[in-house]
Amino acid sequence: MNVLDVDYMVGLVPVLIRYLPLTLAMAVAGMALALVLACGLAVIRVLRIPGLNGATLLFISFFRGTPLLVQLFLFYYGLPQVLAFLTQINGVTATIMGLTLHFSAYMAESIRAAIVGVDRSQTEAALSIGMTNGQLMRRIVLPQATRVAVPTLMNYFIDMIKATSLAFTLGVTELMGATQKEAAGSFLYFEAFITVAIIYWLIVEGLAWFQRRLETRLNEAYRR
Amino acid sequence: MNEQATTAANADDALMVEMRGLNKWFGDFHVLREIYLEVERGERIVICGPSGSGKSTLIRCINHLEEFQKGDLSVGGLPMTQDVKRIEQIRRRVGMVFQHFNLFPHLTVLENCCLSPIWVQKKPRKEAEAQAMNYLERVQIAEQALKYPGQLSGGQQQRVAIARSLCMHPEVMLFDEPTSALDPEMIKEVLDVMVELAHEGMTMLCVTHEMGFAKTVADRVIFMDQGQIIEENAPEAFFNDPQSERTQLFLSQILGH
Repeated sequence: MNVLDVDYMVGLVPVLIRYLPLTLAMAVAGMALALVLACGLAVIRVLRIPGLNGATLLFISFFRGTPLLVQLFLFYYGLPQVLAFLTQINGVTATIMGLTLHFSAYMAESIRAAIVGVDRSQTEAALSIGMTNGQLMRRIVLPQATRVAVPTLMNYFIDMIKATSLAFTLGVTELMGATQKEAAGSFLYFEAFITVAIIYWLIVEGLAWFQRRLETRLNEAYRR
Repeated sequence: MNEQATTAANADDALMVEMRGLNKWFGDFHVLREIYLEVERGERIVICGPSGSGKSTLIRCINHLEEFQKGDLSVGGLPMTQDVKRIEQIRRRVGMVFQHFNLFPHLTVLENCCLSPIWVQKKPRKEAEAQAMNYLERVQIAEQALKYPGQLSGGQQQRVAIARSLCMHPEVMLFDEPTSALDPEMIKEVLDVMVELAHEGMTMLCVTHEMGFAKTVADRVIFMDQGQIIEENAPEAFFNDPQSERTQLFLSQILGH
């Protein structure tokens, strides 16, 4: 077995880091859009809005029930054949779209559970002091649901950061795509992929640190 | 405009709470049967009865936390309807204190008290906070204003809950077993606040088994069983000379030990 080429690995880091912004941008955009969509879906499910409720169930069922890679291929290679205006879709857009739809389906269910989990007595107290349904949702239910949902949502964000590596299959040169190209040039596959693995790992660890701080803040009111 | 006109027309002469033939069902279960009740402004009413008799449900109809299916209810001359605006209008006149306090755990004591003044009555934050501090002082808990509910004892939380209600200047206060979830040594601090409120002339409907409180402040004691008002009388007569057998049995059970 050859000795690990550490110098190559060290030299590879700055090359790969240049593609980190694209990876993070796709993850952040996907997460932001997924959050908005998931909140909407969750509210539809909680209020059982007629018509939309059924459509939401179907949406969640499909995007949870099929692999993310299949969805990405469907958007990037498949849809432009049926919808002419999508011929301009690029790999980054297709990835963000896929991540948004896929993860919003999962997140909608955890947000819904968090909202439903807020005790009915909180709603009654808010109504008794004259608050409207909108006010009690905004001021009482959602803040309490957020505290419950954050750990799960952060978990999905971590998963989403790693899932951006699938963009490589759509020809996007992000962190994973860049690594693949470098490895193909140097033939040092083990070094290249262990390096990129460590980079992903460090990003996720950084995020986990941020999550712990966020949770401490959200739990402040509940400390004895 | 409209609201002001209605209020002015009914302010003084209207009954604070009026129920005419109120009926409520939970599915097949007939919880409230033909309830007639008139509460004058400034009256203090204690409602007692065995568990499941409908006493909590009765007062929860007044601020529409429960719907009733038949009969009429009005609060300060305003008839209760299905209209959301009307329900909100009535709720702003009615304060409620719950058995389990129901404070908002993610907000400080002060923020709990300022919610309604700021978001419902649209008062400036400074004014709302000053007023909230004033009420917190009256229930003797002002020094805890910046703590969270979870950091307070049960008795303290219930006093905050009373202050939170008072902050919206209700015309009538509903108490739903306010001391039932408290340790014995904390019951008195809450009752003291309620007695003081009664002496200040607040209209009060209290579901409670604190018979000492009933004797001290109530103008009338109402006994309910199986969804009906069985008996109502001034406290003296109610306790010394209960008319119905069920009232006698109930009193012997709660006073007998």
